[in-house]
Amino acid sequence: MRTALFLLLLLAIAAVPGSLVPQRSADPNGVVQYFEDNPDLAPILDTVQAFDVYTSVWFSSIYLLLFLSLIGCVIPRTMHHMKALRTKPPRTPARLDRLSGYTSIEATETDAATAVESARALLRRSGYRVRTFEGARAAGAPGDLSVSAERGYLRETGNLVFHTALIGVLASVGIGGGFSYNGQKVVVEGQPFVNVLNDYSSFNPGRFFDERVMPPYRLVLDDFRVVYERANFNAYGFPIDFTADVTVHIPGEKSYQDQVKVNHPLHVLGSDTFLLGNGYAPRITVTDADGNVAFTDSVPFLPQDANLTSLGVIKVPDALPEQIGMIGFFYPTAEALETGALTSTFPDLRDPVLSLNVYTGDLGIDDGVPRSVYSLDTDGMTQVAGGHAEADAIQLRPGEAVELPGGIGTVTFEDASDPTSGNSPTSGQADSVPRFASFDIHHDPSQGWVLFFAVASVLGLLTSLFIPRRRVWIKAVERAEGGIRLEYAGLARGDDPGLEAAVASLAERHAQQLGLKLSQ
Amino acid sequence: MIATLDSYSQVAIYSAMAVYVLSFIMFTLDLAKRSASKGELVGSRRRPFERIAFALVILGWALHVAGAVFRGFAQGFVPWANMFEFSLTSSAIVVGVFIFIQFWQNLKFVGAVVTAFALISLGVGTTNYYVPVKPLPPALDSYWLIIHVFVAALGTAFFVIGAALAFVQLLQARRESGKKSLTLLKTLPDAVRLENHSYFVNVVGFVFWTFTLIAGSIWAERAWGRYWGWDTKEVWTFIIWVIYAGYIHARATRGWRGARSAWLAIIGFSSVMFNYTVVNLFFKGLHSYSGL
Ligand code: HEM
Repeated sequence: MRTALFLLLLLAIAAVPGSLVPQRSADPNGVVQYFEDNPDLAPILDTVQAFDVYTSVWFSSIYLLLFLSLIGCVIPRTMHHMKALRTKPPRTPARLDRLSGYTSIEATETDAATAVESARALLRRSGYRVRTFEGARAAGAPGDLSVSAERGYLRETGNLVFHTALIGVLASVGIGGGFSYNGQKVVVEGQPFVNVLNDYSSFNPGRFFDERVMPPYRLVLDDFRVVYERANFNAYGFPIDFTADVTVHIPGEKSYQDQVKVNHPLHVLGSDTFLLGNGYAPRITVTDADGNVAFTDSVPFLPQDANLTSLGVIKVPDALPEQIGMIGFFYPTAEALETGALTSTFPDLRDPVLSLNVYTGDLGIDDGVPRSVYSLDTDGMTQVAGGHAEADAIQLRPGEAVELPGGIGTVTFEDASDPTSGNSPTSGQADSVPRFASFDIHHDPSQGWVLFFAVASVLGLLTSLFIPRRRVWIKAVERAEGGIRLEYAGLARGDDPGLEAAVASLAERHAQQLGLKLSQ
Repeated sequence: MIATLDSYSQVAIYSAMAVYVLSFIMFTLDLAKRSASKGELVGSRRRPFERIAFALVILGWALHVAGAVFRGFAQGFVPWANMFEFSLTSSAIVVGVFIFIQFWQNLKFVGAVVTAFALISLGVGTTNYYVPVKPLPPALDSYWLIIHVFVAALGTAFFVIGAALAFVQLLQARRESGKKSLTLLKTLPDAVRLENHSYFVNVVGFVFWTFTLIAGSIWAERAWGRYWGWDTKEVWTFIIWVIYAGYIHARATRGWRGARSAWLAIIGFSSVMFNYTVVNLFFKGLHSYSGL
């Protein structure tokens, strides 16, 4: 027990640092930030795995040792308990008056055999396992008969179930987790997502992951709807509902429509799709100096604030003669601040404006080094619009097009609600900019097992904490002067604050059953 | 309508606080009187201050619950979706548990601690964390939120009382070992009984906490797609659970009964409070729902 206690307390202490320092698993950007803010300290912390506490060697050793000692304690205890379940209650002690709750009653109306038989029946009815004994009759001394009773074996059973279930939880997490995978994908309205490895934006496989187990289904994001609060001025513009309408295509089956909402994942063929984020994906077309369409796509812009001022990057590697890059802000409801800068004042599309800083030169994406689609490395580029460039940043509303400075091409902010673009026309701006949803797709075969063991552990815990384990004895001693003396006493096994009350109540019920008056 | 209900809620909360202040004073007067007595154990009939204090606690609690219920109706959802509401509701649960636990054992002597706790929660909650009624963010719109947070508050309530008993146990043990101490301790149960009570109360808290952990994992699975991710709040829920598991083991470990296990109960409770204040407010994580 001392080892278990020590390791438990050590585990609690060891878990603390992971809440003080960002963790790669839960907050990878936080870790990058931490390295920037503390360039001296961070590498030192990294050598002791402070950014991966819960998979670190030292944390793992503590819980593995704990579970080793747990296994080492559960096995012998289970064997011992199996044996105890088959053993009869022990012989009645010679003297009961030193035990808990000792009570005695003198009785003349009955004899020892009747009293003990009725005690036996009473105890059995109360859930005790019973055994009767005949006291050693020394020469001349009065004889006695007694019942020895024990109950609460379930307490130990519960304790063992609890501890075994904890091993089960750890084993399911450890083994089952290896077969899991999860990945993220940003999907713009109207576009599909296919559950194959290279369609994911990012992907984290478990240790035993095998690509062949991925069912090749396809989801199409038909529509993404957000409801904003407009009645309560304390929370004006607060999102109150997100709904992604999707069509699910499973090979060889009829396709069907469904929804993904926050807190309501979509279950398809053993994996769950969660709605984690959303934003706007303005549809942009760029032509180059020769007038060729060098780029046309919906570009997801990442929201920066609650009113969905969003930041995005457009890379046009095919533009001639030079590549074009743009960094832009998108404002769903644009409003000019006093400084002249724009900001968004409402998250829905009331007056959408796109503002772009334009660069030309080398995008730096041809050297084979992977680059994030959300950032632009402007080192090898010249700024031609916005910032320090001569020309101002470009501002566009849906449906507008503009020439880029220096005759390097044009850029168009397509109006997605324009009937010629294939969408049905709707009133106002509401559909002029497509939305995107970011989905998390998870497959984790261990979940069911973890839940099963967790529930088993709670049941075991309840049983082991609240079922008392106790022994009680009822003895009928023949008195030399005739009649008998009934003695009652109990013994706690473990904590049992209710023992004395239980013995008293047994004595009372037994006396009642025999028709005795309780006068001691 | 929303604003009216919310203002009823506020009136009820401020009235509850006023009544709790009176109750706290009465509980303190009772403790003072126990000190002045020669230390003989006297039944509750002979404790007028304690009886008045307890009646006031019940009144204050009724107002407190009304405050939470009005707030719930004002926003059309259970009143535990942000820091303000959590401090409101969890302190109501603490006082409720204190009242109902008296049916099991007379533990009114921790009344001063409990009313002080409720006053601090409500005071800090209303002045620092108050936010007007807002619609529920979709991320919190889940039955699991209702269960998870409610059970966490229930667990917390038992830990508060368990820690208060452990604290009295430490004082009592000091007195029993012959050190100079407060006279009022003579009117309280002995250290062993206090330890048993504290153990039982903390164990009930532990069961609720285990539930909190599981319900939280199920909700995390529904909302984020993983049942466990070592998010800061999850880390602290786990730490607390492990500390109390240690506490339970301590009772069965030679040399750890008594003072050491009482300290573990107090450390466990301090972590609960740390989780509830510092972690909620200052630590970055997915659980940043404090609404501030
Ligand atoms: C080295 C391995 C372990 C041993 C020898 C051990 C032993 C015990 C024993 C004998 C009890 C009964 C105490 C009593 O009746 O008062 C107990 C209870 C308990 N143990 Fe452990 N334990 C071990 C590991 C663990 C671990 C790893 C955990 C979980 C973190 C744990 C959690 C508990 C809890 C919550 C209880 C109280 C509930 C119950 O009685 O079933 N134990 N343990």
